[in-house]
Amino acid sequence: MTEYFIQAFIYLCAAVIAVPLAKRFGLGSVLGYLIAGVIIGPVVGLVGEETDTLQRFAEFGVVMMLFLIGLQLEPRTLWSMRSRLVGLGGLQGGVTIVALMGAAMLFGLDWRLALTIGMILLLSSTAIVLQTLEEKGLTGTEGGRSSFAVLLFQDIIVIPMLALIPLLELPELARQARDLSAQAADATGSIDLVSGLPNWVYALLMLAAIASVVFGGHYLSRPLFRFVALSGLREVFTATALMLVIGIAALMSLVGLSPALGAFMAGVVLANSEFRHELMTNIEPFKGLLLGLFFITVGAGINFGLLAANWWLVALITVGFIALKAGLTYLLARLFGIYSRDRWLLTLSLAPAGEFGFVLISFSQQNNAMPAAIADLLSLVVAISMLLTPALFIFFDRVLVPRFGAGQAQREQDQIDERGRVIIAGIGRFGQIVNRLLVANGVETVVLDYDAKQVDNLRRLNIKSYFGDATRPDLLETAGINQAELFVIAIDDRERAVELVEYMHQRYPQVDLLARAYDQLHYYQLKQAGADHIIKETYLAALELGREALTRLGHHPFRATQLKRTFIELENQMAEDMYQSWVASTEEGMGPGYRELFMQQEAVMREAMQADRGDRHSVSERGWNPPPKGYADQLVDPEALPEER
Amino acid sequence: MPNQVLVLFAHPSQHRSEVNRPLARATEALDGVTMIDLYAEYPDFRIDIDREQQRLREHDIVVFMFPLYWYSTPSILKEWQDLVLEYGFAYGHDGTELRGKLLLCAVTAGGLEDAYRHQGYNHYSIRELLRPIEQTAMLCGMTYLPPYALFGSRTALEDGRVQAHIDGWVRIVEDLVAGRCNIASLADADKLNECYPDGATA
Repeated sequence: MTEYFIQAFIYLCAAVIAVPLAKRFGLGSVLGYLIAGVIIGPVVGLVGEETDTLQRFAEFGVVMMLFLIGLQLEPRTLWSMRSRLVGLGGLQGGVTIVALMGAAMLFGLDWRLALTIGMILLLSSTAIVLQTLEEKGLTGTEGGRSSFAVLLFQDIIVIPMLALIPLLELPELARQARDLSAQAADATGSIDLVSGLPNWVYALLMLAAIASVVFGGHYLSRPLFRFVALSGLREVFTATALMLVIGIAALMSLVGLSPALGAFMAGVVLANSEFRHELMTNIEPFKGLLLGLFFITVGAGINFGLLAANWWLVALITVGFIALKAGLTYLLARLFGIYSRDRWLLTLSLAPAGEFGFVLISFSQQNNAMPAAIADLLSLVVAISMLLTPALFIFFDRVLVPRFGAGQAQREQDQIDERGRVIIAGIGRFGQIVNRLLVANGVETVVLDYDAKQVDNLRRLNIKSYFGDATRPDLLETAGINQAELFVIAIDDRERAVELVEYMHQRYPQVDLLARAYDQLHYYQLKQAGADHIIKETYLAALELGREALTRLGHHPFRATQLKRTFIELENQMAEDMYQSWVASTEEGMGPGYRELFMQQEAVMREAMQADRGDRHSVSERGWNPPPKGYADQLVDPEALPEER
Repeated sequence: MPNQVLVLFAHPSQHRSEVNRPLARATEALDGVTMIDLYAEYPDFRIDIDREQQRLREHDIVVFMFPLYWYSTPSILKEWQDLVLEYGFAYGHDGTELRGKLLLCAVTAGGLEDAYRHQGYNHYSIRELLRPIEQTAMLCGMTYLPPYALFGSRTALEDGRVQAHIDGWVRIVEDLVAGRCNIASLADADKLNECYPDGATA
């Protein structure tokens, strides 16, 4: 037991130190984990043999990652980027794999192994590139969007790759492995439903498993989630989410399919569900930690002896494949009308290999598709090319951007690359109307509510809403708070609304906070918490009714409207004083200040509203005052007057 | 001391504007110019009279910049005149605040210039049609300059006439700010465009 604690502590410690440091130096978290692994593994030698076992376990992070990728793939989003996704992604993938395979065969490798290597090196780093693009604010540019499409395409084709690699097993490796396992099989006896079944039963079983994931995801998961959500217990929801992913992984392994594939399908099936964001929030930390662990084990497994012995070969392969990929991508970008700066951005972000490379390397090794010596060498190449990614971005920033800077500036007018996104917390009677106005005008909104029934009702009306507690920071992140421009707070719970404003104001000062206040006191609390714009929910409606009353009492409708507007303006003028005195009175305990001021201001209001209509300073009727009677007799042509200057 | 220019910009559908918006942007960038987008500042037409009067006091030259709507200004600019040019401020007994200041219009018109002639279907020149503003200026004791106008504005972008129009206007404003204009020589023209043929400076 003690041993496990010490080991776990070493791993966590390395991550805690290395990852924030790597991020600070602009290297990104993936590299941080890799470096942490390198330090505790080959450099210091704190960890050793157990990394292999750990890596098996940590690969479950990849399953979760694919589940999350599936969750993000709404069919509609996919459709809107079909040309880039399939066209650019497919073409880049196909051409690159063939080119890399050809190059590998030139080195005298078997065609199956060459194809495996081609697939491994094709995959770019989704984690590093997307994170870097976001940090640099390039997500909305042509180059950024194209990169995203290609990366997404690569994430998807990992699934068929995982299916393909076992078919590419190398005969001699397979033979060795069978000899080995024949000895071991009697000893362990793994759980496998399908061994010994006829082929057609096996095929049927696989189909049944896939069908049950799709069917279950679509029809059974929602009642289950609703049932759990109604219990209001957060940790049970987390348990349910984990149960789902692990259950699918187990089912898939039982029938001999890839757990990653099953998780991905389940994710796509659930992408339209109202529980999407809540699921993402719950799985995300597990995925993050397990993937982190995975990268650490990769780093710890880097063979420095091998690197020292073959440094020229590693360097040659790394530089060679990056140049090959970059060249091909650069040429293909042209076909899709991507030019200058964007073309370079796309080229440089896709050129290095990525984290999926490690997954495929260990996967192909397990499936006898790659000998250990080449796997070690390739791991080195992938790791070093990933280390180069930040360097390529720096090259883009320092060297390429200045060259294209002028061209960009000219096109700047009117071009808004990305529509601002709005998150609406609370979709009751107030939030709904806000949402309708925004959506009717083509604004993308994300709507969150903690009332599962309410979300259900809205979904029936085709209003896109998600179940989740908006006061949970991690849920806000998955809902896209980092890209949001506006945050509308319309939740019923008054105290939680204030807390939410306070949190948002400190954590995301760049996001505008629009809040709904229940009453005047709530208004002050929200203002103090840092809301940018607050509307009292009953104020405008009540004034509208008051205006109607004035009209029915005999005021001309236009005059009644003017009186209403004047009332609002007078209140606005006095609002700051009232607020300050409220702040003072709350700080000093309930002093008399606020009430006194209120009474005093009501008097001012009365006086101002009822002031004599002929008075030039009559507030309500300023402006349409006729000039005094008889004024026309005194008017003279100013041109007839002597010059004043 | 350079002259201060107050531009009152009135355009109710700026998302469709092809001439006025770039014109306003170019004007805004000039030294000595205060640009007021009236529809943005008063979307519900509640014009703040005190604020507007104070702005007038602080500037030497007032520009109405607008697309022609029914031979006149868009409604908010008329509202602005009705409210801000009060008796006792702009005209009448003690109403001398605007005296000696300069007023001019920068307008765009959909019709072709041929229509804005006595023989054309609009029967009056642009200067004649804007007489109410001219007389308003006179009653307030202001000096009125002829309008700077663009005709056939709906096709100006396609015809490539927008940039030249903006460049001409920028020269005028720069001259006005620097006090380089010979006001008397400009006052009788039908349009300011005539006094500023392409490339020339007064």
